[in-house]
Amino acid sequence: MKRHRLTITGWAAAVTLIATAILGILVTPQDVTQKEYSRFLYLHPPMAWVAYLAFGVAALSSVLYLWPRTRREAFDHLALASVEAGVLFTGLVLVTGSMWAEPVWGTYWVWDARLTATALMFVLFLGYLAFRRTGGTKQNIARRSAIVALVSFIDVPIVHFSVLWWNTLHQGPSVLTPGLSAQGVHGSMAWTMLLSFVAFTLLFCWMVGRRTALERLRASAGGSELQEAIAARRAEGTSVEVGA
Amino acid sequence: MLAVRWAEMEALALHNVVALDGTFPVLAGASLEAPQGSLVAVLGGNGAGKTSLLRTLAGLTTIVEGSGQVLGFDLSTKASGLVGNVCLLGHGTGLYEELSPQANLKYLATIGRLNRSGVASALDRVGLTGRMATTPLQQLSAGQRRRAALASLILRSPALWLMDEPHASLDAGGRALVDALIAEAIWRGSTVVLTSHDPNEASAAADLVVELVGGATSGARSGGGGIHHVS
Amino acid sequence: MFRDAWAVFVKDLRIEAASRVGLWQVLPFAAIALLLFAFALGPSHRVLASGAAGVTWVGVVFATFLIVGRSQSIEAGAGIAESQRLAGVDPAGVFLGKAGAVAVQLLAVEGLLGVGARLLLDFHCARWWLVVVASLLATIGLSAAGTLYGALVGATRARETLLPMLVLPVLVPVLIAVVRLWQASGVAEGQGLAGWLSILGTFAVIYTAAGILFYGQVQEHS
Repeated sequence: MKRHRLTITGWAAAVTLIATAILGILVTPQDVTQKEYSRFLYLHPPMAWVAYLAFGVAALSSVLYLWPRTRREAFDHLALASVEAGVLFTGLVLVTGSMWAEPVWGTYWVWDARLTATALMFVLFLGYLAFRRTGGTKQNIARRSAIVALVSFIDVPIVHFSVLWWNTLHQGPSVLTPGLSAQGVHGSMAWTMLLSFVAFTLLFCWMVGRRTALERLRASAGGSELQEAIAARRAEGTSVEVGA
Repeated sequence: MLAVRWAEMEALALHNVVALDGTFPVLAGASLEAPQGSLVAVLGGNGAGKTSLLRTLAGLTTIVEGSGQVLGFDLSTKASGLVGNVCLLGHGTGLYEELSPQANLKYLATIGRLNRSGVASALDRVGLTGRMATTPLQQLSAGQRRRAALASLILRSPALWLMDEPHASLDAGGRALVDALIAEAIWRGSTVVLTSHDPNEASAAADLVVELVGGATSGARSGGGGIHHVS
Repeated sequence: MFRDAWAVFVKDLRIEAASRVGLWQVLPFAAIALLLFAFALGPSHRVLASGAAGVTWVGVVFATFLIVGRSQSIEAGAGIAESQRLAGVDPAGVFLGKAGAVAVQLLAVEGLLGVGARLLLDFHCARWWLVVVASLLATIGLSAAGTLYGALVGATRARETLLPMLVLPVLVPVLIAVVRLWQASGVAEGQGLAGWLSILGTFAVIYTAAGILFYGQVQEHS
């Protein structure tokens, strides 16, 4: 049943993504000021949304794992899957953002609050993934990773404010003004953008679903490995005795 | 209330315990029962799981199968209750190398909510007096460091003493001291578990001798000590 | 909690006094870092003076790793983790004590680098109270976050490389805020001080609370 739902989510993500691509490339008009680059509108904002959603999910499931009453292995799997997806989408957000910024702003990067906070979030959660690769028992890694996710996540708003003030106090208003906000997003563009948000959210759900299923499988495989390991451990002694 | 429960129950009771270190089963079916005030000797070769058995009795490993009660506390659910009631003397001293035996013991007395007046008498008892008591551990000999670790056990004098090869790296006088301390602990009603790879040395005084092979207990017999009764 | 914190605090500083790792390794390192930055910025007095606060605090952040690493390695001796746990020490107290000892050592580094910045980099400040308050708040934040992450990483094998990777991005707000405040102290009046001070304060409070809350769970090995 659950597997069934995951398959449906996957197909729904594929269909909506293709529809977004068709609408975004062929149907919607190009922007007056940004020309063809406005089509990043159907790629960059939904991916940024998914990146923040992923880290939100990771932080929430980490809290649920740390709270003794709601501690389930599934929350640890969910946190891992979300961070992995989040790192991927944050990376894509930074790349697509730079690709768009170069022609439109004239530079690949500005030290804007939102950009900097996103970049730092990328590094923070890359650190989480590196941390997970270090040794320890399963529960030990899960618990300490949950703490890392949580104490890293609470840093994001502080980073955001500090970079916001750092920049505005220094350079005056942000560079983000020339863009679409002045004229707004209308008609087919708005619908396509909405669709892109749905599509990427579905994609995220599917990815996380697949990833947690894999992790669950790995955990249950560990159970049968344990019995073999116990048998091998007991045999260790007898073979020594035979040798002696 | 607690004391009554201890008297009624076995001080140590493990039933087919499987304990993991990472994914490796350091214990693969260990069983053990011993009443309060007994001396248990655990025998086994290198890597048989002797140290892991002690760590499990101290509530420091994860039990994935079987069950265990120590001093009336369930190891799977209430292992935190052992805090303050158990001491583990491992191969390391458990003390800070940069500090003197005296400073180490004073620190332990503070965090263990113990009377600081016990520090001097504990150091006295193991023969670390005068300059030796105030010299940083790293400048002392292996035997003296071992004595400092023993002093930390005397200071805490817990209900359960877990000693990993306590006779190792000690001279004749040191070994006699260890035996005397164990006898005193038993006399006060504490339970002592020690490990050894020398059957003769361990089983002479022990009430119970347990043999570990491949992380599993292969047999238990009574030793030469006989059960000490505590009034 | 506070009794254990005090005991751990005194113990850590005693060990530091006996081993002098901070005196012979961390302080010289910080001084060398200051000189290196000065060389990198070039001999122009104006450039050096404007970069002084930043240079000082990048040096302090790097020193944080060394001090935190040392603070965790104290506890890595054979059997110490077990004996602490079985003695029933309060983890929150251990956290506060260790963070406190790290903070004292950081203050020494800041003092040295502050003097260095004044003498070598022409760092001027008109409002001393601002420098002192900002440095104290930043020190609390750095030592709390450093100690918490230090313990998280401490049990793993890749300690030296993993700690900077995890902590550097976390410390960014502290670095930004304290450098702004040091720079603002150079002029008689400036705006936005409250905002920067509140960032430092918030960071300090959040990571101290997180340490008190989570240190016990970090240390459990099972």
